[in-house]
Amino acid sequence: MIGQRENSPPLEGSMSIIDWFNNREKKTHESSKLDIPGDLWVKCYHCSEILYLKELEQNHKVCEECGYHFRITPEERIHFLFDKKSFKETDRYVSSVDFLDFEDTEHYADRIKKAKSKTKHEDAIIIGKAKLNDKDVAVGIMDFSFMGGSMGSVVGEKITRIIEVAAKDKIPLIIFTASGGARMQEGILSLMQMAKTSAALKKLSLVNVPYISVICDPTCGGTSASFAMLGDINIGEPGALISFAGPRVIEQTIRQKLPKGFQRSEFLLEKGMLDMVVPRKKLSDTLSSLVSLLDPHTK
Amino acid sequence: MQTLDFEKPLSELYNKIDELKRLSEEGNVDLSNEIEKIEERAEKLKKEVFSNLTPRQVLQIARHPNRPDSLGLAGLIFDEFLEIHGDRTFRDDPSIVGGPAKLGGFRVMFIGHQKGHDTKEKIYRNFGMPHPEGYRKALRLMEMADRFQMPIVTFVDTPGAFPGKEAEERGQAEAIARNLREMAGLKVPVITVVIGEGGSGGALGIAVSNKIYMMEYAVYSVISPEGCASILFRDSNKADYAAEKLKITAKDIVGLGVADAVLPEPLGGAHNNWPETATTIRTRIEKDLKAYKKKAPNTIMEERYAKFRAFGQFEERKEKA
Ligand SMILES: [Zn+2]
Repeated sequence: MIGQRENSPPLEGSMSIIDWFNNREKKTHESSKLDIPGDLWVKCYHCSEILYLKELEQNHKVCEECGYHFRITPEERIHFLFDKKSFKETDRYVSSVDFLDFEDTEHYADRIKKAKSKTKHEDAIIIGKAKLNDKDVAVGIMDFSFMGGSMGSVVGEKITRIIEVAAKDKIPLIIFTASGGARMQEGILSLMQMAKTSAALKKLSLVNVPYISVICDPTCGGTSASFAMLGDINIGEPGALISFAGPRVIEQTIRQKLPKGFQRSEFLLEKGMLDMVVPRKKLSDTLSSLVSLLDPHTK
Repeated sequence: MQTLDFEKPLSELYNKIDELKRLSEEGNVDLSNEIEKIEERAEKLKKEVFSNLTPRQVLQIARHPNRPDSLGLAGLIFDEFLEIHGDRTFRDDPSIVGGPAKLGGFRVMFIGHQKGHDTKEKIYRNFGMPHPEGYRKALRLMEMADRFQMPIVTFVDTPGAFPGKEAEERGQAEAIARNLREMAGLKVPVITVVIGEGGSGGALGIAVSNKIYMMEYAVYSVISPEGCASILFRDSNKADYAAEKLKITAKDIVGLGVADAVLPEPLGGAHNNWPETATTIRTRIEKDLKAYKKKAPNTIMEERYAKFRAFGQFEERKEKA
């Protein structure tokens, strides 16, 4: 099913941060809507099946035909996973600053503005507390559509804060990653966020609070090489690209094509880097079970 | 020795000096006045050139083929050093070297990236780009150091962790991530010197440290200027501009609060004088070791944590504007 995505378009099929930047001025819809009035239908990126949008949403944005997991917004994730209306966002208004006065083809300050108005989020992550099957959990959800989910000071700070909440309240932590890696526009300080978040996870491990990392498509570079891979339990979403170096960089280095399915969730499961690959529809139940099985602080 | 393009006017002067010296010897004529004048000019030019380097030129010095490397410096700095090998899981990664060492009465654990100099060594060392087993070897040494109460000294000099097929299969991301987390829990001090190239996560994997020093012409960056240019600027010729924008020089890294201080290099760069470079580093490390001797293990860990916890620049407001 998943893992053989040679038919999928480059936009969604194998996007790394490099692809994201290369494609950022092309259309990047989370699901490609057809030119049919009312936007009632979408085409599956993987199998090209025409899907009825309402049914797709009922199926947690997973193609009924081939099992392809569409990328989803943090709001959709919350809706699919947690007890109704239980998610309470915290630390919302932390936002990025263009402290290096960074300019590439565009000013970083302008990029931030655009991403904010496009996503209605302050940065590439939201954090808060929610209930999962009536149990309190600390939650972080990354948003790939905000500058490729790149990790700068804000993402690092908010990840660290939610880890600290989990440690203080002794409630399990669940983080959903979707990120091209470190945010280059913040230079060395973006790199330091890798160490900052990982150090916070060291503290969390010392107070015996479980951390479940749900690694979504795509999770690369500095994000995979820090908090994403450090879960007590690492769960991959089916077909997610999970890498340190992106497939393109590797192909340039070794000057050969990578095999099908390389760096996909199923591949990482086989290599021992993930504990499980869980389809979106089963994720809520799986997380709920894991939390009650692992958490020593359950009353 | 390889001459960098901006060193060329200098090396021309030096060639002239050599020529005049030979002439004066062969012809038995006194040219000492002329020689002295040119030597003065050369000194002046050298100071000028090296006080006005662009970030890209600094990067060239940081990558200089004769730049002092980890093993070379270890030999000059430590009174005793025994290299040990292997991650106990897969293999020994020659891109990262390390072992127990002695410095002025202190027992320390040394770890560093090793790039190599000639073609053969460079290939053997994979140009200083570690595989996961390199990071796992480093962690094994650090955990040993923690148990035996040995402060850790690390030298950073890598273009980055290796972006290869096997490295991915064996968990490059996990290996680096684990080091970041576990280094945060070490109860011995970690002192890091970026001696050449601080390439992204591959550098950070041995640099979650209490003290971080930048050699004067070393660089530390989230991505190579070349990589940044081709991704963000979509033009690999923009590497010079990217090097400027990324703020990668020693002064910048100290300015952003990531490194504690710049360690001065001999005029013309560390490749001109390894022993002097080693002495500078040794003096700095010895001072720190003395200071940390008085600190409690928990304090050492908490200070490191606080340092990294504070990294980041952002703004926060109460309500939506
Ligand atoms: Zn499909």
